[in-house]
Amino acid sequence: MSTSIGVWIAAFLTLGIMSFLYKDNPIYKFCEAVFVGVSAGYWFVVEFFNVFLPKVYDNVGIAVNVLLVQGRVDWFHWSYLLGGILGVLMLLRLVPKIGWISRWPLAVVVGTTAGLWLINYLVSNAMRQIQSTIIPLYVAGDLNATIGSIILVVGTFCGLIYFFFSKEHKGAFGGAAKIGIWFIMITFGASFGYTVMSRMSLLIARMDFLVGTWLGLIR
Amino acid sequence: MKKIKSILFSFFLLLFLFNLSFPQESSDPRPPTEIKAFDTPNDNGHAITVIWKLSADDGKVKNNVVAYEILRSDSPEGEFEIRGMVPVGENLFEDKGAKEKKDKNYFPSHKNFYYKVRAKADKTFSESEVSKPAFAYGQWYHTGKTTVLAGVIVFSVFALAFINLAKKGKELYIRPLAGIEAVDEAIGRATEMGKPILYILGLGSAEMIATIASFTILSRVAKKTAEYQTPILVPCYDAVVMAVAQETVRAAYLEAGRPDFYKEENIFFVTSMQFAYVAGVNGIMLREKPATNFYLGKFYAESLILAETGSVAGSIQISGTDEIAQIPFFIAATDYTLIGEELYAASAYLGKEPVLLGTLKAQDWGKAVVIISLILGALAASFGFQFFLNLFRVQL
Repeated sequence: MSTSIGVWIAAFLTLGIMSFLYKDNPIYKFCEAVFVGVSAGYWFVVEFFNVFLPKVYDNVGIAVNVLLVQGRVDWFHWSYLLGGILGVLMLLRLVPKIGWISRWPLAVVVGTTAGLWLINYLVSNAMRQIQSTIIPLYVAGDLNATIGSIILVVGTFCGLIYFFFSKEHKGAFGGAAKIGIWFIMITFGASFGYTVMSRMSLLIARMDFLVGTWLGLIR
Repeated sequence: MKKIKSILFSFFLLLFLFNLSFPQESSDPRPPTEIKAFDTPNDNGHAITVIWKLSADDGKVKNNVVAYEILRSDSPEGEFEIRGMVPVGENLFEDKGAKEKKDKNYFPSHKNFYYKVRAKADKTFSESEVSKPAFAYGQWYHTGKTTVLAGVIVFSVFALAFINLAKKGKELYIRPLAGIEAVDEAIGRATEMGKPILYILGLGSAEMIATIASFTILSRVAKKTAEYQTPILVPCYDAVVMAVAQETVRAAYLEAGRPDFYKEENIFFVTSMQFAYVAGVNGIMLREKPATNFYLGKFYAESLILAETGSVAGSIQISGTDEIAQIPFFIAATDYTLIGEELYAASAYLGKEPVLLGTLKAQDWGKAVVIISLILGALAASFGFQFFLNLFRVQL
């Protein structure tokens, strides 16, 4: 059995969270509060040291230094102040009278980054998919490859039909959509099994900690 | 016999002397030639590409070249430093560095560099001539992404056209979605039971498409809850998401004519750590016993834990995400699931705003273009034509 107090605390918290499987109870409530509180505090520190200090404080510091020592304006480093200003504007939510100003940084963040995501989505969800599906339907001398290619193209075609929202799923169109949802569900079934297995490995890791690291019953 | 021996002796002696009289063939491999250095195209200006003609001893048994070392200097006569190595048979190297000046591997833009390539044999080596100077500079336009630009333009044209039609009042049909049809029923159930509605926006940040779609649905749900005076709880994972959610719900309550019923403390931040957030939300589910749970947005490994807990708590559950790996869990554990793009469609369906409807229609037309390209592309590929494949090739 472990003699480390850290291991004992971790084991207590693990069992406390797992006690939720029985029902909500005071130990779970305690562990939940510790988990939420510690993680929120931890993330505040991480954000402060990994974002605020290197991005805003350091870069603006360089800009100020260049201005004072060399007498020139270093626009590149001053540009980091923009993020800081947006952050301050966001905090204006705390002042009810001018809280509406906090919508501006929200609009900037959501608008600009959604625009950036558009390109990523178009490349990964459209271009790459199309590229991978444009394959020869017939592979000479290889029946398996031929069947595989046909399944891939038909599955993609019917899957896209299912996600066509401008037309009701009736007749031939509905039939294609039905085939599409079958393809989708078979894919989800495979994905489900795969992910469950990976979750089992997480459970095994926790059990290994409890039985091995904490209780020392397995080595 | 004696004569034969003497002839053989003389032959071997001659052979030995002949061998001594000529020097051994050099064991240095022959050097690479035609070295060229130029700015790497379609980048941010911190890389130079070097190409060369392989050594004549590349792939040969004698003096076989085993690798090429690429050396760089800022003057042709200066000291050259090794920048990298490529295996035998390769004649291209990208000398890439960091853009941050603080970085040890910083690669300056607009500065001339000279390169030479060293062909390495087992123990010896030979070097090419020094290349002409080259400097790195960034490009404003990435030629490898022209297809993406064309796609964005085509989509934008579709979107603008349909938004315009929707604004003019044209009825744009969208097929009903089971999950969305159930929204009103779920809110009604919560009202009848006198219990709150729990709305979870997922773990995505505010700019993610799934989160944006979820905000639109939240607006509609919040408006209904304001009309029915049913409390809505929105525990958030991200501080910016919380701020947007508060604005969304506040606006919805105002639109419903019940700003007095809006409670900011019901839309709150929990934590930004995945499983701590799950622990917190699970606790809320079991203590508040919400009648309806909405899981709409970006979800990861927490999806099944949340949905299972909601199921145990006896709530009606409506879920939707574009995170493919999590959809199976939602299908298994919730009552209605919006699969992938249905989430975006749902936001347009509920919102009924011209911009959303027009964009959804544009997406459908985009899909039609994709379907046609797929069929034509697959048929063309079957007959050996690669035109369609090249059309969708994107260089990143």
